[in-house]
Amino acid sequence: MAKLIDVSDLNIYYGDFLAVDSVNMTIEPRAVTALIGPSGCGKSTFLRSLNRMHEVIPGARVEGKVVMDGQDLYDKDVDPVAVRQHIGMVFQRPNPFPTMSIYENVAAGVRLNAKRMKKSDMDELVESSLRGANLWNEVKDRLDKPGMGLSGGQQQRLCIARAIAIRPSVLLMDEPCSALDPISTLAVEDLIGELKNEYTIVIVTHNMQQAARVSDQTGFFNLSGVGKPGQLVEMDSTSTIFSNPSQKATEDYISGRFG
Amino acid sequence: MSTPTQQPTRDPGPGGRGTLATGTTRKGDAVFKGTSTGAGVLILLVLAGVAAFLIGQSIPALTASPEDLPEGQTVTAYVWPLLFGTVLAAIIALLVATPIAVGIGLFISHFAPRRAAQTLGYLVDLLAAVPSIVYGIWGAVVLSAWLVPIYQWLERNAGFLPFFDGPALPSGRTMLTAGLVLAVMILPIITALSRDVFLQTPRLHEEAALALGATRWEMIRYAVIPYGRSGVVSAAMLGLGRALGETMAVALVLSGARIITFDLIGAANPLTIAANIALAFPESSGLTTNTLIASGLALFIITFLVNFAARWIVSRSGAKA
Repeated sequence: MAKLIDVSDLNIYYGDFLAVDSVNMTIEPRAVTALIGPSGCGKSTFLRSLNRMHEVIPGARVEGKVVMDGQDLYDKDVDPVAVRQHIGMVFQRPNPFPTMSIYENVAAGVRLNAKRMKKSDMDELVESSLRGANLWNEVKDRLDKPGMGLSGGQQQRLCIARAIAIRPSVLLMDEPCSALDPISTLAVEDLIGELKNEYTIVIVTHNMQQAARVSDQTGFFNLSGVGKPGQLVEMDSTSTIFSNPSQKATEDYISGRFG
Repeated sequence: MSTPTQQPTRDPGPGGRGTLATGTTRKGDAVFKGTSTGAGVLILLVLAGVAAFLIGQSIPALTASPEDLPEGQTVTAYVWPLLFGTVLAAIIALLVATPIAVGIGLFISHFAPRRAAQTLGYLVDLLAAVPSIVYGIWGAVVLSAWLVPIYQWLERNAGFLPFFDGPALPSGRTMLTAGLVLAVMILPIITALSRDVFLQTPRLHEEAALALGATRWEMIRYAVIPYGRSGVVSAAMLGLGRALGETMAVALVLSGARIITFDLIGAANPLTIAANIALAFPESSGLTTNTLIASGLALFIITFLVNFAARWIVSRSGAKA
């Protein structure tokens, strides 16, 4: 069920401010695409525009096309709510619903989408999602405890379980490990490696080693100057980007000689 | 929330101002500490003074024999129907005002276009600025007349409920009218507090719901309401506190008596403590005055308890977040 996404001439605005300028990109299915670049270059903004989360910010809008399965996600007949059911998202900081138990958190997306489900089916779905997020063994004895009681790394995997429980085609991850310690980061990275067998994954990261470890494709975003829009400088297979990039800016950035 | 008031801020730096243990107090600190402590103590003194006055003036009535008291009843028997009326009016107000206030709060925080939200916010605040006597006159003259047909309808169609037993009072100046006037009066405070707590919902929680494919309403149900629930409860409690103590609106609307009845639209209506004091105090003397003050003590205690409960709920949810 993993899907290919084709982005063409995507301009992303905050009000009148052009934040990201004409991105063209093809995101491969069943692969991990990493987006790297300095702060403020628009990589998170770009990621959020892929599942129409960008527009929840007042004044934010997008021009251009994001085509998945032959359907432009920004077509005016397309319901953003339906888009988000097909393209899941994991955020920078773990954000389980604070009043809900671990079980309810995982079930939340399915209940939202108003699918009536038998208790036994729901139990199965919660278990398979938690297993999918490598969390089942740690929480199976306390599913009715609040999700906020878990450690940061466990909470983030709970959020991943919640995202995959609605069986999306694509999973977007916005710096999913930036609030986690190295051991939890390792757990999430291992998980990303497993998830790519089933999902198309796009991950934004500040950590270049992480991009090199987990991704198949890497896109480098950069700003040409303060107040200028961010741009996709180059995109290639991860090994090419990290060993033999075609642009000088990319080489400077990954070798730490940036700026 | 602990504020590091007593943290030493001395930083002599390299080769600085001598030893660390100077033992001196800065003058500004001393003045500020003195005034703020004084203000805090003043509040306690005022509260203690009011409590002492109420208790002291109530004792003669509490200890007197019933035949010396107004209407030949003990203080408890005298205050009980008033307490009933007070709580009944406040509960009607709360039941009517809270859902409306939460609705307006959510509309302002999450649905309305920004400019409309601002205007509406000002209008709600303006409601809070109207003096209570104006609400009282409006309730007695305008609202009660409007409500008469509704009361008659309720009597015909819902008369099997004890609340609408009737017969509906032709003037419309009933318990339900008083409760509705109180509801209008406590609406602004509940709305303003609810709106503020809804606006504070962390973006992260809202986006968690949206990213799962939640509609606007589902996002509110999953993220905003759970986050704001305790805030709404405490806002309602503060509104309840205000409704309990409100005097003029009730005194002007109701021609009540000290009775206990659940009939909200009939001719006989229970009076509230505050309204009863306002109506009876000018012509009272001796033990009658003491009895009225004892009823005031009862009002003081329940208002205190309600506010205390509100604080407790707020602090409990604060510790959780």
